[in-house]
Amino acid sequence: MLSGFDLHHVLLFEVKSNIMLSFCSPAFPWFGMDIGGTLVKLVYFEPVDITAEEEQEEVENLKSIRRYLTSNVAYGKHTHTHTCCYTHILASLDSFVYLKKGKGGKTGVRDVHLELRNLTMCGRTGNLHFIRFPTQAMPRFIQMGRDKNFSSLHTTLCATGGGAYKFENEFRSMADLELLKLDELDCLIRGLLYVDRVSFNGHPEGYYFENPSDTQSCVKKTCTLDNPFPMLLVNIGSGVSILAVYSENDYKRVTGTSLGGGTFLGLCCLLTGCETFEEALEMASKGDSTNVDKLVKDIYGGDYERFGLQGSAVASSFGHMMSKEKRDSISKEDLAKATLVTITNNIGSIARMCAVNEKIERVVFVGNFLRINTVSTKLLAYAMDFWSKGQLRALFLEHEGYFGAVGALLELHKTTEDP
Amino acid sequence: MAEFVRVDSSTNSHTMDKSIILPPDEIFRNLENAKRFAIDIGGSLTKLAYYSTVQHKVAKVRSFDHTSKEATNDNLYEISVQEEVTARLHFIKFENAYIETCLDFIKDHLVNTDTKVIKATGGGAHKFKELIERKLGLKVDKEDEMTCLIKGCNFVLRNIPHEAFVFAKHTESEYRFQTTQPDIFPYLLVNIGSGVSIVKVESEDTFERIGGSSIGGGTFWGLGALLTKTKGFDELLQLASKGQHTSVDMLVKDIYGGSYGSLGLTGDLIASSFGKSATADKEFSKEDMAKSLLHMISNDIGQLACLYAKMHNLSRVYFGGFFIRGHPVTMHTITYSINFFTKGEVQALFLRHEGYLGAIGAFLKGAEEDNPNQYSWGENYAGSSGLMSVSPDMNPMQRARSGTFDMLEMDRLERKLVNLPLLQDASSYIPDTVDLIEDAPAREYWLFCFEEALDGVVKRAVASQPDMPEAAERAEKFRQKYRHKLQTLRHQPFAYGSLTVRSLLDTREHCLNEFNFPDPYSKIKQQENDMALKYYQKAVKALDGLSWEQRQFALVRGVLAGNVFDWGAKAVSDVLESDPEFGFEQAKRQLEERPWLVDSYDQWFERLKGPPHKCALFFVDNSGVDIILGVMPFVRELLSRGTEVVLASNSGPALNDVTNGELQILTESIAAMDPVIQSSLEEDRLILVQSGSSSPCLDLSRLDKVLATVVRERNIDLVIIEGMGRAIHTNYYAMLSCESLKTAVIKNSWLADRLGGKLFSVVFKYEVPIADHLSAALTP
Repeated sequence: MLSGFDLHHVLLFEVKSNIMLSFCSPAFPWFGMDIGGTLVKLVYFEPVDITAEEEQEEVENLKSIRRYLTSNVAYGKHTHTHTCCYTHILASLDSFVYLKKGKGGKTGVRDVHLELRNLTMCGRTGNLHFIRFPTQAMPRFIQMGRDKNFSSLHTTLCATGGGAYKFENEFRSMADLELLKLDELDCLIRGLLYVDRVSFNGHPEGYYFENPSDTQSCVKKTCTLDNPFPMLLVNIGSGVSILAVYSENDYKRVTGTSLGGGTFLGLCCLLTGCETFEEALEMASKGDSTNVDKLVKDIYGGDYERFGLQGSAVASSFGHMMSKEKRDSISKEDLAKATLVTITNNIGSIARMCAVNEKIERVVFVGNFLRINTVSTKLLAYAMDFWSKGQLRALFLEHEGYFGAVGALLELHKTTEDP
Repeated sequence: MAEFVRVDSSTNSHTMDKSIILPPDEIFRNLENAKRFAIDIGGSLTKLAYYSTVQHKVAKVRSFDHTSKEATNDNLYEISVQEEVTARLHFIKFENAYIETCLDFIKDHLVNTDTKVIKATGGGAHKFKELIERKLGLKVDKEDEMTCLIKGCNFVLRNIPHEAFVFAKHTESEYRFQTTQPDIFPYLLVNIGSGVSIVKVESEDTFERIGGSSIGGGTFWGLGALLTKTKGFDELLQLASKGQHTSVDMLVKDIYGGSYGSLGLTGDLIASSFGKSATADKEFSKEDMAKSLLHMISNDIGQLACLYAKMHNLSRVYFGGFFIRGHPVTMHTITYSINFFTKGEVQALFLRHEGYLGAIGAFLKGAEEDNPNQYSWGENYAGSSGLMSVSPDMNPMQRARSGTFDMLEMDRLERKLVNLPLLQDASSYIPDTVDLIEDAPAREYWLFCFEEALDGVVKRAVASQPDMPEAAERAEKFRQKYRHKLQTLRHQPFAYGSLTVRSLLDTREHCLNEFNFPDPYSKIKQQENDMALKYYQKAVKALDGLSWEQRQFALVRGVLAGNVFDWGAKAVSDVLESDPEFGFEQAKRQLEERPWLVDSYDQWFERLKGPPHKCALFFVDNSGVDIILGVMPFVRELLSRGTEVVLASNSGPALNDVTNGELQILTESIAAMDPVIQSSLEEDRLILVQSGSSSPCLDLSRLDKVLATVVRERNIDLVIIEGMGRAIHTNYYAMLSCESLKTAVIKNSWLADRLGGKLFSVVFKYEVPIADHLSAALTP
């Protein structure tokens, strides 16, 4: 039987033999996509070391695109500069994600602060760009691919996440693009290890919290994942997957939970009428969950000593909301905070038990739920430390949600990297 | 967390309803001499417990002193009805709204008590402390909730057969009751109150809260109320049962377009709870949101429970708390979740008396000086409400009742009950042959059959007490009670655990006792015994005249023919009632000719040619011809062969079954006529023990401790079980670790038909344990 790896190899070989490309690296442009349940994460490698031949070839390519475009009246008005097409792609992506949508919102964002500069990949130097937009915008993205005639670029579109399967046919039929579908967990691990290895523009990719159990002295500290195995990898996207990783290619999915980022945002939207993750987090940061949750001390007047439970521990999430009076007077901010705390604590609790069951002490949390979400990262750090009596350490990574997409991009290079 | 909250405005809003009139015959019974009160006040329900002594009549037999002058009577023994006092535990569950009325009622009826304190537990105990102390004049003594819960749980698991069940929706029988385990420990109790507590219980007094979660019943209620603007917990469950979670949740197929094959995640799996409400610009229905929330919480709890079960290597996981409390909706979602996360390795177990655990535990804490755990207790089917269906569609009448008062009564049993040491595998032993919950046609037949027989039983009951004019009235009350039980069981076969012919018979006995008909067959048994004794010597003489080979067969036929005499079987009781001359010889003619329906006589006969058994244990059946002309000659032959015999008979009366008291007298008079029996008794080679049971059937996992000791001491190597109740309705498939003989005459045409035979078909089942076969085969 052909293993997944072999299959990729063969496909890539076919792709390679069909196209003109520089000697050892695949043809530009280089994309990696991770199409999740809520967000599409896209990484794009913009080379900065373009050779004369490539420029020439690029011009040829451009000509063909222009021929196509000019023959099609509807797209004739598009302006195409004679600058390198690779920059042009970035501009296209930018114009796509920053397209105004609805009430002043944008389709997506390019996380400029995460850009990996002067990165050498496959012998080429360039900048790695990180872009995200809602999965709902996927049809428009595919349409853009058709409009820009990406299929003429002779590139392979490496995609992972559930959307790689869900949208495969649309890519094919609408934009004449073949996706190279990749397993999301393979990509996640590969991408994570890669980014940690190349470092974040010279700084460590990882961080943790020192003194997580003490709000006063709790500080963020950077670190690298030297000797990363074994690790428990907790990927918090719309839902949550928990993996025990023993080496780059040896891992298992231990469990997962449906109470993830999608649950936080979904419940917040229903409870507060907010529309975006940023809005929800903004509200949560101003709220007080103890007005919503019933604490041990609300029931016992203090600690429940028989079972060693602190009075400040949450006994019942949303427990106060059983009372109509309290429901009527509660603020949206408090509700948002309680939702965030509930979801975060639950993930922490499951992760901790998995770590114990799998006998792994290092727990790495990734996924876009943690983006701009210090409430959750600190809470997770605290939960790991407190409940394990200091045995477990929570680690976080700066490129939280992008590892799948990076892993997908790496797949494109796989044949050239391997001897 | 345990169910310690819910003391909020929803309970405050209840007006104290004083207008309710409490029927003292039905609830708060035996208050006159009640003591040791305990109360468990939850968010909406109060559970009250107390201990009482019940005076009721028991039938006693006593030999006439034939040497004295008064012995003019022909009868062998006299029957007297005596008052006996037994201990009973009462547990009553009612809505918090009635608490004041109930306390007043108790105060008015409580006389004769030296009780000074009331044990209290539950979140509401604090709130009602002052009220209780003022109304009852008792000091409220608070007990830790979790400790009470565990104590209560241990108690029901140990004392109530079929306490635990698996819930399987969409099957013929949703409730699958578990057999009682010889060792109930260790187990995991997941208590889903407003939060979740996960407790590992290792012994009666060793338990530890190993974990928990804040996402529990309070989260469902609080978050559900916010999302749907619905106030009540029950209403939320109702909404949830009508909703579609797929419109709110993001499923694997919403992300993948199908399944995530390489991980084995199916497309219908929830990837992100409420995931769609984050992106879809639309309104969601209350029902759908409630359903999604229910799934989210149930799955989360199930996952945690599995992780803890795995961490501590436990496979028995019980779920309780107000989130569960008999709600089919939550039992189903929790079961689903456990199945998913453990791939079927762990089963979610629920408890019939889950709502009473706290009250039972608090009571036990207060009653420690009475040593309640030293005794065995039995659920009194007459005084207990049984498990109610929460679904209003199933039975509106029942729902209305469960909303007000629900009762559990437990009788202290005279004897400590244990397993028969000869069971091959005590943990998998199931006494009953047919589960009437699963077998609908059998259920219909037997419910019909018992209802049909009711007139006859009422008549018999009245006739048994000719000197008591109010007997007819009591008998009528018995009729109503038992008929009501049968009706309940028709709608909710799961109400008292497994429904079996045995449970139907036992329920009838409990109801008869309830109305002071302790032994309706006492007179009939007396007459039959007297009559049969007259033929004993003649029967023995006839047998002695036969060749050895002929005699062995005649003895077996005698046991079978004797067993035809049975007032417990409808077909026979009709004949007996209409034709009192129905004799032993006639019974023999009624018997099926060989080959019998189940016939291992040849193997038995071959065995008899071998060495005698060391000691036989004989579970006997009916009085009269059966025991005297059928069983005794057979026993006599065993004794003559050199086999010791232990005769096990019922401790208390049931139908016309011979009781231990009666058998003592009968044996003595037989001994007076028969030197074989006489010497055997003197040499202690024939002994009589009681089974600990008062049932026409036989549960080998609940037998008198003394009997178990005798079994061990005597090295029993043959067990004989006689009669339909003990060998067919129960124990037909029981696997014993020694040779066994199960013999009965089928005296019910429906059952005969079902077994492929006809009326008076014979079951003669001789079995040798497989291990014995092997060792025999290996011995050269």
